[in-house]
Amino acid sequence: MNGRFLRNVLLKGLGIFIILNLLWTVVDSPKLGTLSLYDHLFRGRERFPYGENSVESYNLSLNNIYAMFESLRLDAVEVPVNEFRVLVIGDSSTWGTLLRPEETLAGQLDALNLSTSDGRRVRFYNLGYPTLSLTKDLMILDEGMDYMPDLILWPVTLESFPRNRQLDSPIAANNLGRIQSLQQEYGLDLTIPADSRTPLQRFYARTIVGQRRALADLLRLQVYGAMWSATGIDQVYPAEYTPAARDLEPDATFNGWQGPNLDESQISLDVLQAGIQMAGSIPVVLINEPVLVSSGKNSDIRYNFYYPRWAYDDYRRILSDRSASRGWNYIDLWNAVPQERFTNSAIHLDPAGVSLEVKSLLPQIEGYWR
Amino acid sequence: MTLTATLIFAAFALLLAALSHTRWFGRARNWILLAASVLAVYWLQPALPIRGLDFWLPSLTLMIAVWGWVLTSSPAERNLRANLPVLAMVLGLILAIALTRYISSTGILTPSRPPQLLQVLIFLAASALLIYLISLLKPAKTTWLWFAIAEILLFFVILKLPALTTLVSGWLRSANGQNPALASALDIRWLGFSYIAFRLIATLRDRQSGRLPLVTLQEYLIYLIFFPALSAGPIDRSERFIADLRNHEPVSSAQVTEGGRRFILGLFKKFVLADLLALFALGPVNAAQIRSTGWMWVSVYAYTLQIYLDFSGYTDIALGISRWLGFTLPENFRSPYLNQDLTQFWNNWHITLTLWFRAYFFNPLARALRSTRKPLPAVWVILICQILTMVLIGLWHGITWNFVVWGAWHGVGLFVNNRWSEWRKKRAPAQPSENQMRIARYIGTPVSTLVTFHYVALGWVWFALPSIPLSLGVISRLFGAG
Repeated sequence: MNGRFLRNVLLKGLGIFIILNLLWTVVDSPKLGTLSLYDHLFRGRERFPYGENSVESYNLSLNNIYAMFESLRLDAVEVPVNEFRVLVIGDSSTWGTLLRPEETLAGQLDALNLSTSDGRRVRFYNLGYPTLSLTKDLMILDEGMDYMPDLILWPVTLESFPRNRQLDSPIAANNLGRIQSLQQEYGLDLTIPADSRTPLQRFYARTIVGQRRALADLLRLQVYGAMWSATGIDQVYPAEYTPAARDLEPDATFNGWQGPNLDESQISLDVLQAGIQMAGSIPVVLINEPVLVSSGKNSDIRYNFYYPRWAYDDYRRILSDRSASRGWNYIDLWNAVPQERFTNSAIHLDPAGVSLEVKSLLPQIEGYWR
Repeated sequence: MTLTATLIFAAFALLLAALSHTRWFGRARNWILLAASVLAVYWLQPALPIRGLDFWLPSLTLMIAVWGWVLTSSPAERNLRANLPVLAMVLGLILAIALTRYISSTGILTPSRPPQLLQVLIFLAASALLIYLISLLKPAKTTWLWFAIAEILLFFVILKLPALTTLVSGWLRSANGQNPALASALDIRWLGFSYIAFRLIATLRDRQSGRLPLVTLQEYLIYLIFFPALSAGPIDRSERFIADLRNHEPVSSAQVTEGGRRFILGLFKKFVLADLLALFALGPVNAAQIRSTGWMWVSVYAYTLQIYLDFSGYTDIALGISRWLGFTLPENFRSPYLNQDLTQFWNNWHITLTLWFRAYFFNPLARALRSTRKPLPAVWVILICQILTMVLIGLWHGITWNFVVWGAWHGVGLFVNNRWSEWRKKRAPAQPSENQMRIARYIGTPVSTLVTFHYVALGWVWFALPSIPLSLGVISRLFGAG
């Protein structure tokens, strides 16, 4: 061997590597998420991929909305003629933290085998994602509209409303382009941070090297499909967890606000309006989801860990008034579930708690397909 | 070995390959290899929760290696003065690594900050004293060689028996002022010890039988801790390795090309295929979660392929890097899953380990059993030797019941295979007809390969899981029960 041979090998290798990276910058790589083994080789997931403990839950959190949708059992190409399709969007209480897929709100509603008056099967699809942001919900609804729903259920809670926290969710922060489009289309009152990257940094971010994490996530999502199909497990269910606090701090602030009323300009009611506008003729049912109403220490000040009484009461009033004035379909289930049925958070229910929620909800939504 | 470490080793080896054409390199090569291997012993050692242990274990590896040379060398080779520069270099490197505690609070080449200098100096002084005392022993006296082998086996048992590892960890934690209640079997992970121990035992036994070539301390140390083969083998024979070591020919283009091919193949097998398969291969967590027979088979097949690709990938990487350094290490895998019987499988699976056990356990045991006053029948000798050898190979992976069963599974399989081959040989026609040959080729060969593959795959169920009930549960599920 001589130095020239080695130099040539290294230079050619480097050349190929650079060319491949340059070519990759013109590929719309997020669209790669539409290539999926789910619903083909592996069965589609019952809810979005989400999780940190991949080894035990065969799941991961990723930021590619296309890939997330493609991993579901939801088929965009054609809705079966005998199906009435209901999409359920929302936060972790919709996604179902500490619940198996069949125990979630969408899972329990689907298990009822409901039918429309013309004999179509009412199918409920869980499009919840475990972070609290209405803008994140809107972004998911935007993609979900391609799946031709007949009805949209949108459980919400006050914690998702503060305008200053709309982009805190990692999935929102990593999809600012989508959110910017929504902002332009619906005039959302959001402050989207400017892209402070240099042109070179932006270019690097489009190369294979710059996207290695996202590409690896796409690949891992496909591979975990095998174990999801094999086990039906998509979340770690610990034998023990820290229950939601019943004894509360004597703190009357919410999001740094003192009260006695919420400033309506600081909560993202415009995002709800955008969602309803986006759905067009398809009915959207806003549901104020059940929250833990504690009877423990300082429960005269707060309902639970999240909410002081003044803020939550005012939120309910605002939501009810706005729904009445704008003609929104609104159902308030805030106290439909007793505190014993909450698990590790003031909005997370156990399976029996979800059953109670379904029991309260069902009579109020049956009219949409009957 | 991480991908980063692998790539750094590769770059280093390629640099040496390029330098092999310079005039001075021939003289410096072995020194460079020794220094790189010594540093790799520290660098590859995983971080351990017991204070200082991730420094002491690599240091002990080096000292055991030096003691091994002193024990196995002849008086002529044992000329300490001639080998003193090498010893000084090793001790100097240990000291240099220890001194990095004054540069970094986290450790530079070690996973954590090295211990205090005084402790290291005491260790070095004690080691040097021991080297001197061992050198006073009657050269290569069998008793001392057996004693050394027993010591190595004792280390093995401590490392491989979880209860004992935990106990020793508790002692070490107490001695260090750490909480012994937190002791765990994972506290003592000694990088490369399994492979180094095999090479050590081989040299000790070869010394006893007079087969060990004359080697200098430098050659002996490089053989034991050669950095490409440190963490996952292969287990080379000393006489073959030393021949490569003494060949100072510049590395040729053909060697670089061949090394590159093996290296890239190894990277792909290990870091792409095996790591992907690991995501759904059979393991303690998913064994209890998988609900259907079909998916259970998928996970067993995935594990079967994963363990092969992982291990043979590492071997390819080691062979590729070695080729760039001018070494031709022995092959460890030759398409093992494409063999028609279990004997052939073991002739092609982890070949250097199998050869080691054959040379240092199976053959001596078989000879011993046959040379008793009332020799056992040949069938019994085969049965005993095969089961004991395979159980020992199982125990090498860890002293648990599952590894015992895995070893016995293969021992019984090899014995049955042996008897079946004998039975068929007696009944096979001397001149098979064309029809018989066609049937053998198109039906016999695929069926035999498939049966062998599945026997091995089912064996992995014992290997991959930590308990007998869990393994039985998986096997039941594989056959539609449970």
